[in-house]
Amino acid sequence: MKKKGRFAFYGKHGMLLICSVVILLPLVYTVCNSFMATSEINHYYAGINAQNGTTAFHLIPDMFSLDSYYKVFVGRPDYLMKFWISLFLTSAIVIGQLIISVLAGYALAKFALPFRNFFMFVIIALMMMPYQVTLVSNYIVLEKIGLLNTYWALVLPGIFSPFGVFLMRQILSTMPDAILEAAKLDGANQFQLIRKIIVPSCKSGIVSLVILSFIDYWNMVEQPLIYLDDPTRYPLSVFLAHFNSSNLGLSFTCGVLAMIPVLLLFWLFENDLTKGIAFSSLK
Amino acid sequence: MRTGIKHRGLTMAKRNKLIGFALFSPFLIGFVVFYVAPFLLSVVYSFTKGVVEFTFVGFDNYTEVFESPAFQIAATNTFKFLLIGVPLIMVLSILLALVLHRAFRGVSWYRSIFLLPLVIPVASAVMAFQVFFAYSGVVNTWLQQIGLVPINWLDSDMAFSLLVGLYIWKNVGYNIILLLAGLNGIPDELYEVSRLEGATRFQTLRYVTLPLLMPTMFFVVIISIINSFKSFREAFLLSGTLPHTSIYLLQHFMNNNFENLNYQRLSVAAFLTFLVIISLVCVYFFARKKFFEYEM
Repeated sequence: MKKKGRFAFYGKHGMLLICSVVILLPLVYTVCNSFMATSEINHYYAGINAQNGTTAFHLIPDMFSLDSYYKVFVGRPDYLMKFWISLFLTSAIVIGQLIISVLAGYALAKFALPFRNFFMFVIIALMMMPYQVTLVSNYIVLEKIGLLNTYWALVLPGIFSPFGVFLMRQILSTMPDAILEAAKLDGANQFQLIRKIIVPSCKSGIVSLVILSFIDYWNMVEQPLIYLDDPTRYPLSVFLAHFNSSNLGLSFTCGVLAMIPVLLLFWLFENDLTKGIAFSSLK
Repeated sequence: MRTGIKHRGLTMAKRNKLIGFALFSPFLIGFVVFYVAPFLLSVVYSFTKGVVEFTFVGFDNYTEVFESPAFQIAATNTFKFLLIGVPLIMVLSILLALVLHRAFRGVSWYRSIFLLPLVIPVASAVMAFQVFFAYSGVVNTWLQQIGLVPINWLDSDMAFSLLVGLYIWKNVGYNIILLLAGLNGIPDELYEVSRLEGATRFQTLRYVTLPLLMPTMFFVVIISIINSFKSFREAFLLSGTLPHTSIYLLQHFMNNNFENLNYQRLSVAAFLTFLVIISLVCVYFFARKKFFEYEM
């Protein structure tokens, strides 16, 4: 009996440990390699593009160096420019999405709108579509209203997020109506209701929407490739995707740079994020 | 005597409806312009031919797409990905959720670690991935050191397995969170009863935990299917617009047709994808009503 318990204990921790290593390895590897000097990178990855070369597993820098960071920050202003473009675009989308989603989610959860269930069904269905489904037609619509090749083409469609509305609606429908009724009797107007009751009560939803859609748009690849003609205006995500192994050192560094904003959000709001994700369940 | 409370000439109920509609309308407008209208437009496209002048051609585009080898490969791969990826990620995430549900030292650490890939930009991780799986990369070097033949990871059928791996790596954390929430929703009394009746741990799992977790598991399956459609991003980052045949997905098909300005073919593929997804959603709603009797 005791032996079996010990076996289960080691089995459990063994499994968790292996899974964690597999999950963390690509991240740790990227971070560690970003602290290597260019010469070290060139030395260790000399064989990677060769026909029959070999590449050793090289995790710990021989010598800690901020070489590539220096190069990214000082030598190549375009890398940094991409970073700011990404940050600007993503923030604009997330903020817009938040406002629209809270209002619409509140309306769907607490007002007797006509066709309310039909709207929910359409929202859920469209939430599940891959981007490619509406790609062409969106392209044509954007062309018609003259937004193609502007950043608006990325921001505007992003703001109207079915997922955001869905999430807010799920959270707000668990909130008892009595709270709203009481506030109304005290003479609160809609603006006060939203600011003082609705927003605080979907805090976990707001936080997880911010994080999830920040990640989603921080990583956007499809939209810029299609809606923007000029590659110099692409955000960091597309830029990273076009990296090749000829410039591995800088790629690692840019990869780390791209992780920083999301890791920061994650570190600050992990608890709310888990709560919000749990709410996104349709149950 | 008047019925209902009047306020500036409107009854309360009517006024309320108006406010609700006003709150909803910003989203509705954008939603129609950027989702619904484009979608309807592309349905119309799928039945027409021509670039400047559109003529109605019935199901011609559909038969053409169905017969095209590229579409067949793309559709087969997408479904194969679904059929292999979703069961794998389900088993793994249920297993991990059951383990992480109990409190033990370090449990919150593990939960954070599993959620991490969700936040990390895929592009950042793909770099390390390429170092590992390039033909002259780390993994093949290891294989050679133990006397095995190197594998062409990204340019053979192995690319498919890699993509499945990347999909699991990325999404297992999200599933675990959903399942943990489901596990937390199972009342403690039920565990108490099964303990008092002398059930073994396996019996408790089999007759208490898993049946009560069914609704959540069902939802997680749906979410996993959605996420599997999103794996195009990973495939694209891993090997561009024309990857190895084994990971040529429906989204590649659509993207490439877009670049060749073949809108009709793209619209057909888009509409077919939509039909598949919408039937999944319908099955979900139907099954939930039928089996779980939950109210949304």
